[in-house]
Amino acid sequence: MADQAPLICRDIHKTFAQLEVLKGISLETRKGDVVSLIGSSGSGKSTFLRCINLLETPTSGDIIVHGDPIRFTTNRKKERIPADNKQVELIRARLSMVFQGFNLWSHMTVLENIIEAPIHVLKVPRKEAIERAEAYLHKVGIYERKDYYPAQMSGGQQQRAAIARALAMEPEVMLFDEPTSALDPELVGEVLKVMQSLAEEGRTMIVVTHEMAFARDVSTQVLFLHQGVIEEQGTPEKVFDNPESERMQQFLAPKF
Amino acid sequence: MLDLKGYGPALLNGAVVTIELAFLSLALALALGLIGAAAKLSNNRIAVGIATSYTTLIRGVPDLVMMLLFYYGGQVGVNMLSDYIWEAYEVDFFFQFDPFISGVVTIGLIFGAYMTETFRGAFLAVETGQIEAARAYGFSSWHTFRRVMVPQMLRHALPGIGNNWQVLLKTTALVSIIGLTDMVRVAEEAAKAERMPFHFFIPVACVYLALTAGSELFIKWLDKRANVGVIQENG
Repeated sequence: MADQAPLICRDIHKTFAQLEVLKGISLETRKGDVVSLIGSSGSGKSTFLRCINLLETPTSGDIIVHGDPIRFTTNRKKERIPADNKQVELIRARLSMVFQGFNLWSHMTVLENIIEAPIHVLKVPRKEAIERAEAYLHKVGIYERKDYYPAQMSGGQQQRAAIARALAMEPEVMLFDEPTSALDPELVGEVLKVMQSLAEEGRTMIVVTHEMAFARDVSTQVLFLHQGVIEEQGTPEKVFDNPESERMQQFLAPKF
Repeated sequence: MLDLKGYGPALLNGAVVTIELAFLSLALALALGLIGAAAKLSNNRIAVGIATSYTTLIRGVPDLVMMLLFYYGGQVGVNMLSDYIWEAYEVDFFFQFDPFISGVVTIGLIFGAYMTETFRGAFLAVETGQIEAARAYGFSSWHTFRRVMVPQMLRHALPGIGNNWQVLLKTTALVSIIGLTDMVRVAEEAAKAERMPFHFFIPVACVYLALTAGSELFIKWLDKRANVGVIQENG
């Protein structure tokens, strides 16, 4: 079981109304993989990430989390929906997400944000959850802010708190949805540094990003999406240095 | 010292009735408002229909008419229900629909409709990212509602709740019409008997004013507390 792939996605399609946003995306991760999803806006990379933890329900395709395939059924309107909400909740708890807009719960302090899901979803005893939270707050370097409310912190600190919240779930895979896109340029570095240290620890991560340096230096796998299909896929060396597709070459070309 | 011509204790009792009536109606209104808002925002068409009819009906009928309807109609309704339960299950179920209960029910129902609208708007004002984060961390819908949506909604709802509460408090004066001896009713009798309207109504007005002013301060304090996570330290 130890070597089982943390996450496998097979032939994911997603259609909104008439618009097909994802046209068959597959991804297989090994433990410790850092997968960067890159591509221009509207390429479907965020939608794909949101399909993985079922914030969007894929129109077709399979998602298998550590050997556990998500079960689907169809509702009366013939739409595909998850068959078992309990299963979805359990799977989401194993795939913690870091959002572009942080989405820390604004009525809770940083510490309360971090212990909420471990206590109520994972049923970790409160004392242990607090110890765990404090350890991760040290790790992301904002321990002294643990009793602050999100609005009292900078964007970079909020995002690091959000990463601590994700870590406290001790997840199978961490999903990052453009974690630095909402930050002022001078705050991007502190968040990327934390993410790099997580990658070095061997955590499995899937990162939607516009930070090409991060994708090139930190990832083990890069997926370049264009109009809902994978145009280029492979190691960062292959994708960045010897791209086969014309789209990828254009994407990498200097813009000015 | 103000000489209340021996009506002092009765007026005081009346004030207690007013306050009890106001708080019980508020509790009912808040409960109905929460249920109504949850129903209006649900995907269930029947729930939406019931909640919409409720608010449309209540907001379209004068408070006084509602009160008379519940007071005179309420007991008839209870009697019918009681007969039915006795015949069907042989259980003795009966209660007296006194002016106090009809007052609480009527005012609770009326303000439940206003609270429904207040809460509905407040729920819609909760950022979707907050709810999405809850879903992404494996919260059940109930847990999301209880731990994220309600506390965040309350922040948006507090000003509206405060307004409704002040109007509700003053609406309690209407129960004197259906014979409940609240503060207004006592003052009315005293004023008539003593032919001193100013002497009795001005103190009553002052009590209402004190209650509303006090609750305004309380709401301000609550609002400050609820916004603690939102307003910057020096903001």
